[in-house]
Amino acid sequence: MSEDVLKIGQFEFRSRLFTGTGKYPDLDTAKKALEASACEVVTVAVRRVDLKATGADSIMTVLRDGKYTLLPNTAGCYSAEDAVRTARLARELLNTPLIKLEVIGDERTLFPDVPATLEAAKILVDDGFTVLPYFNDDPIAALRLEELGCAAVMPLAAPIGSGLGVRNPFNIEIIVKHANVPVIVDAGVGTASDAAIAMELGIDGVLMNTAIAGAKDPVRMARAMKAGVEAGRDAFLAGRIPRKLYATASSPLEGVIGSDQDSRT
Amino acid sequence: MRLVVNGEERHVQPSTTVKQLLSSLGLGDTLVAVERNEEVVPRAQHESTHLSEGDRLEVVHFVGGG
Repeated sequence: MSEDVLKIGQFEFRSRLFTGTGKYPDLDTAKKALEASACEVVTVAVRRVDLKATGADSIMTVLRDGKYTLLPNTAGCYSAEDAVRTARLARELLNTPLIKLEVIGDERTLFPDVPATLEAAKILVDDGFTVLPYFNDDPIAALRLEELGCAAVMPLAAPIGSGLGVRNPFNIEIIVKHANVPVIVDAGVGTASDAAIAMELGIDGVLMNTAIAGAKDPVRMARAMKAGVEAGRDAFLAGRIPRKLYATASSPLEGVIGSDQDSRT
Repeated sequence: MRLVVNGEERHVQPSTTVKQLLSSLGLGDTLVAVERNEEVVPRAQHESTHLSEGDRLEVVHFVGGG
């Protein structure tokens, strides 16, 4: 089998599981879970330094060794302007062109504000960023984001942190069929089968955080997600059998004992 | 002079540089990014950038997130 490489902008990855770094019970669990997931890309958030805190251990102590490609996000931004400012600060921090663009439209659902996402995507692409936008599972929005020059598109499977799995597999499939850039399902995965189902739709990768960090045993769930993503990818590439209403026997119909040749004709 | 750093008012000596401000905050050796009045101040300019009365600064770093 030839190597299955995921290309996003100038970047190449072998792992199709992108993991977040939030919500872990402690840094040691985060470190072990990231290792168990075998991910190459991890997301991080940009936040104000707490000027009253005294040098608490940050996630960067886990990520500093250069083993992972960091994908900063604009999580928590509710306007294109704030997302662009956050992206520029992230680039200054890391000297990376990568940005996971999130412009949130509503606190309760955390669904994206798609017009504002498009506005911010245009500014960031023009500014040289490699933009990976989070958005609804909307095939037309996917086309618009691609036209603007986004390096990948990242439709949600279900609301962030909901664990509901792929709610609209048909829309995701349409997005995949029309896209000329990688499609990464971002948000909504709950367990390993959700990741496999998403990958079986032909998407290029899955990004998740809560499903791993919030599991009772995050390290074990990270391992399960790795297996789920790989299984789904392989199944997609292998080409599944068509769905049929009636049975088709797996064993030969001829030579069954006790049958009379005449009566069978 | 008066500055607003991460939403809080601070008083520093006139003409303080970004680098001096970060040192006074105990962030001299920390990986942070600085925005002054909504424009990023590149790290290479921290030493040469003198702050002005009323400047609004954001000092950020990375935290865990999705």
